[in-house]
Amino acid sequence: MQTLFGSVEQEPSLLERLKRGVQKTRSGLVSKLEDALAGRKEIDADLLDELEATLIGADIGVATVNEILERIRQRVDRKLTGDAAEIRGLIREHLLEILQASDLPPALVDEPPAVVMVIGVNGSGKTTTIGKLARRYHNEGRSVLLCAADTFRAAAIEQLEIWGERTKTEVISQSPGSDPSAVLFNAVQAARARKMDYVIIDTAGRLQTKTNLMAELEKMRRTAAKVIPSAPHEVLLVLDAVTGQNGLEQARRFTETAGVTGIVLTKLDGTAKGGVVVAIARELNLPIRYVGVGEQADDLIPFDPEKFIASLFEGPGSEKSA
Amino acid sequence: MFDNLSDKLQRVFKNLRGEGRLSAENMETALREIRVALLEADVNFRVVKQLIEAIKVKAMGEEVLAALSPSQQVIKIVKEELTKMLGSHESKLRFSNDPPTVMLIVGLQGSGKTTSTGKLARWLSKNGHSPLMVSVDVYRPAARDQLRIVARDLKLPVYEGAPGETQPIDLARSARREAAQSGRDVVLVDTAGRLHIDAALMTELGQLKELLSPVEILFVADAMTGQDAVKSAEEFHKQLGITGVILTKMDGDARGGAALSIRSVTGQPLKFVGVGEKSDALEPFYPERVASRILGMGDILSFIEKAEEAIDRKQAAEMQRKLIENEFTLEDFRDQLKQLRKLGPLESMLSMMPQVGIMKDLKNVKVDEKEITRVVAIIDSMTPRERDNHMIINGARRRRIAKGSGTSVQDVNQLLKQYTQARKMMKTFSGGFMGKKLGKLKLPLF
Repeated sequence: MQTLFGSVEQEPSLLERLKRGVQKTRSGLVSKLEDALAGRKEIDADLLDELEATLIGADIGVATVNEILERIRQRVDRKLTGDAAEIRGLIREHLLEILQASDLPPALVDEPPAVVMVIGVNGSGKTTTIGKLARRYHNEGRSVLLCAADTFRAAAIEQLEIWGERTKTEVISQSPGSDPSAVLFNAVQAARARKMDYVIIDTAGRLQTKTNLMAELEKMRRTAAKVIPSAPHEVLLVLDAVTGQNGLEQARRFTETAGVTGIVLTKLDGTAKGGVVVAIARELNLPIRYVGVGEQADDLIPFDPEKFIASLFEGPGSEKSA
Repeated sequence: MFDNLSDKLQRVFKNLRGEGRLSAENMETALREIRVALLEADVNFRVVKQLIEAIKVKAMGEEVLAALSPSQQVIKIVKEELTKMLGSHESKLRFSNDPPTVMLIVGLQGSGKTTSTGKLARWLSKNGHSPLMVSVDVYRPAARDQLRIVARDLKLPVYEGAPGETQPIDLARSARREAAQSGRDVVLVDTAGRLHIDAALMTELGQLKELLSPVEILFVADAMTGQDAVKSAEEFHKQLGITGVILTKMDGDARGGAALSIRSVTGQPLKFVGVGEKSDALEPFYPERVASRILGMGDILSFIEKAEEAIDRKQAAEMQRKLIENEFTLEDFRDQLKQLRKLGPLESMLSMMPQVGIMKDLKNVKVDEKEITRVVAIIDSMTPRERDNHMIINGARRRRIAKGSGTSVQDVNQLLKQYTQARKMMKTFSGGFMGKKLGKLKLPLF
């Protein structure tokens, strides 16, 4: 996969872990699609209704679902498709197309440290994601510094410090209530002075409707750029996989103010959903960088559209109509 | 992003004004719009199906009320059905006859359990109870610290556990004992966030339930949850028998369709909504308000309630009179701004307003609190005569005002422009549909 410092080898076990992680989504989406298609020959209104329900049920969103169904309808009209069995492939193809279209690699960083900001709404899993990212970067042979810029939520600093201990990563912090930009400034400077490869910034959760808090993110960006003009190099929006259509609004607003460069989809192991990322990829052209599939430090998997779709459509349990 | 449902329906019915009945054809289109609106608000699609059926039955052939257009009529039916489904009245917490009452706070990771526990403790203590909090989340890093800090800020007690006490069951048991000994009547147990598929943690919750016999098991759900809301609520309910729901993060712009889904699969009442990060941002659940919000129609009742709390009635009545008589001066404008500030963050107020008509233009207004301070400063720098009649403020006066308030002439110009616009707008408010709704309040918005 592509990292901020070029491409690295992926662990071979990743696909297996991904398959395990998306098991729920597979049974919720693909198996249901297959159930709907099973034993049918003709494509009729009933079938399309059922497909629609299944896709919407995965939070893919009305607009994207309509687009997929429209494509099927057109093909049926033009007699390109007449067989229900082909629909599974069509949907797979379409989903892959959407995800691939937005799958842009991060811009390379010439000179470390790479500044990675992690942002998102409350409770989406930012701090946990940072712990996992630290582990991942370490495994890639990189040095990492963490920055506790969530100075607002109770015990947020402690939570990051525990992750720091777990992953043997130093954490730069100040007292609760201090200016997040000040903590960030110190951390980025420290990272540069110590020639660290990465500095990961933990930020307070904020709802995208809070203008002042969103402006604070803008300020943090500017602060980072004061130390290193090209920073932040990556701004990851952490999105809970159970989020519904509001995820789209989150992505839109955070991109506007904080220049999101990629999405981390968390808690995917617990839900059959996560479809909102398809809508996000389609409407905002934002790449998905990682998916979180568990509570352990290793449970963060780099996102690859092809592998992701493959693990959805070809995982164990989907053989029946393969 | 979302088009307001009432706008869409208005389009559907735009040529139908005057028709006596809702017909099969015009309803077909309307129902499709309603369906999309509900799906976009994250209402579960099965629930949507039920609802659409119910709406169809109710709407078909119903006599259109003289006062309502077909679209208003349909909206009314939809809203009634939604409200009915959400539960017809506000639900209260229950308490044990044999205190302490134990309440278990459960839910998925990141749904807002700890924050809600703190808010609930505050709410309870404001309502004559004396709560004790305990966190039994021994898994997430610093989870117990978080509750401890929340409790410290609230100045409410938390059971921190004896040294070496690290098992959820032990912590809960000791907390209850401590509550009994210190005369606390409610124990709030903040549990670890878990995925509903996590069997081990679900078992632990079952044990906690058995040990504590909680009177309330409150399921904390994130208002932004999508279609999965049904699944997780169903699973928690099946395993534990939840007794109520706290819907969090309603201060964002999520429409909160999850509320409907959860209610419909569990049958359990929604009891509270979380509406901000501060500890007092917890409100009782009102079905009608959430119904409006799901439909994208704003939460006008909450707005009115908040406004009523903050606004001096006599002053408001006087203002209304001035408005009608076009005597609304810059001084009044300044007083209005000051009053508005008492309402709390303006954005959250604006988000409660329905996005129709003139309010639509306000939707994208970025409200900057500092801007208000500046505006007030500018008006303060005017002479009484200038405040009384803005027409006399010429170039020289503008320069003086700018100097006096530490702003620029452009700022002063802009303010005067805003003021004339506000005058115009408020005239609309005092008539029109808002006039009816806000009738008893007569709140002129700037």
